Amino acid sequence: MQTVVDLTRCQGYAQCVFLAPQVFELHGEEGLLYHPAVPDDQAERVRQAAAACPVQAVLVGEEVKAGGR
Amino acid sequence: MAGDLREGRIVVVGASLAGLRAAETLREEGFTGSLTVVGDEPCPPYDRPPLSKQVLLGQVAADTTGLPMRRNPEAEWRLGVRATGLDPMGKRVLLADGDALPYDRLLIATGTRARPWPHPEEAALDGVFTLRTRDDAAGLAERLAAGPRRVLVIGAGFTGSEIASACRERGLDVTVTERGPAPLVGALGGTLAKLAAAMQRNHGVDLRCGVTVTALRGDSSGRFTGADLSDGSRVEADVCVVALGAVRNVEWLADSGLAAGPRGIACDAGCRAFTMYGIVTDDVFVAGDVSRFPHPLFGYQMLSLEHWGNAVAQAEVAAHNMVSPGPLRRPHLALPTFWSSQFGLNIKSVGVPTFSDHVVIAQGSLETRRLAMVYGYQGRVTAAVTVDMAKSLEYYQHLIETAAPFPPASGAADRPLAAEIPVPSDVPDPKGLSHGPTVALTGYLPDRRLTMVQPAG
Repeated sequence: MQTVVDLTRCQGYAQCVFLAPQVFELHGEEGLLYHPAVPDDQAERVRQAAAACPVQAVLVGEEVKAGGR
Repeated sequence: MAGDLREGRIVVVGASLAGLRAAETLREEGFTGSLTVVGDEPCPPYDRPPLSKQVLLGQVAADTTGLPMRRNPEAEWRLGVRATGLDPMGKRVLLADGDALPYDRLLIATGTRARPWPHPEEAALDGVFTLRTRDDAAGLAERLAAGPRRVLVIGAGFTGSEIASACRERGLDVTVTERGPAPLVGALGGTLAKLAAAMQRNHGVDLRCGVTVTALRGDSSGRFTGADLSDGSRVEADVCVVALGAVRNVEWLADSGLAAGPRGIACDAGCRAFTMYGIVTDDVFVAGDVSRFPHPLFGYQMLSLEHWGNAVAQAEVAAHNMVSPGPLRRPHLALPTFWSSQFGLNIKSVGVPTFSDHVVIAQGSLETRRLAMVYGYQGRVTAAVTVDMAKSLEYYQHLIETAAPFPPASGAADRPLAAEIPVPSDVPDPKGLSHGPTVALTGYLPDRRLTMVQPAG
């Protein structure tokens, strides 16, 4: 599973940091860093983080693959 | 009519964020025809913002920043092959491998590439980098991890400043050279640029403004050893990152008859490309960094944006319009929004800061390094930049969208005095900058028109 945070939307509520601290991390007061490749054992936490984000800035999904149609 | 547009052949040239989001949206909107996505890099679309942050900090490997799919675009991916030309009459995209892809509708999302160091033999020195692709980031991260004695960063725009920030966080000595008077000045104007300069120096960056690099030097085995500066000084370093902004990938369209030039491909608000005669096409669409489009909030000047959010929003509008009949088409009128994270600060921007004549600090202060700066042009709000005040940005976005008077009303400010005294926005002439701002106005303003001087006799 991959994740990407739309940092245009992100307002630093940090719900994701509380729910999945191994994937999301605050850098300074409100800058967010994250691990795009989500480890399998963190997938459920990251899904919860995506659901909890007040501005719905966390997107999760399968990594795009170029495997043809 | 709508049924016809949901069938046929669509080719997307450009396999990055805009290309992926457009492909997904085409399927969401019911396109059932054949969809081909062409990309010159060998890998599927990946996210670039982490490359200058997480990847350089060593927290994340460069090859793990692949983008998640919102849905499977069910596309044929032609990766690792460059588009070399467009035949608009025959409706074919020509590829470097000799193939030609026929299309009914085409989306151009070829984006930008890093502006290279102008002297190829100096750029080829071992240890000289640009930062745009995943491979660039992997190579640079490896060098930073090896512990160079000093890193030279040429250009203090957003990318250069983020690289310098990552270097300092890793404990590396870093020198930054900037042709303008301060970092980020081309994007944010003079006042915030002064804060940026102070932050860099407080974090131990050897910041040299008002200078250019005149030569990159190497040893007999071709390794970068340092650079000469225009003030006569010399910087000894093992790694050099050229961060001089971006070049738009339009060369392949040179003979296409489209309005494609160094500032991008001109299109209408519905993402339809213009021809070189200013006539709108109906089968060629444009999205992302390579486009320039008119925006009513900024005097209908053409906006050219290098913003993540614009790539997403414009790709969605382009894809919608590609499968929708005329009356159902939408305009792309999203406000430019941008963020950067550097030296522990979260900098966010909405609107076009360079479209301004005055600024006020509406909230916070330079001293606290927490503030909202509001930009105005001829008495209305046109942009806002926050430093560690992201939650305020939405409010100012509303002021920009409603052309609210500048300076903003006192209710918008917790520091009334600073908010009531506009100071010049101090936005330099972009022609004098060494790196491009990430928002460029590429039209003109009638009230700023040039006077043609007829030479006498």
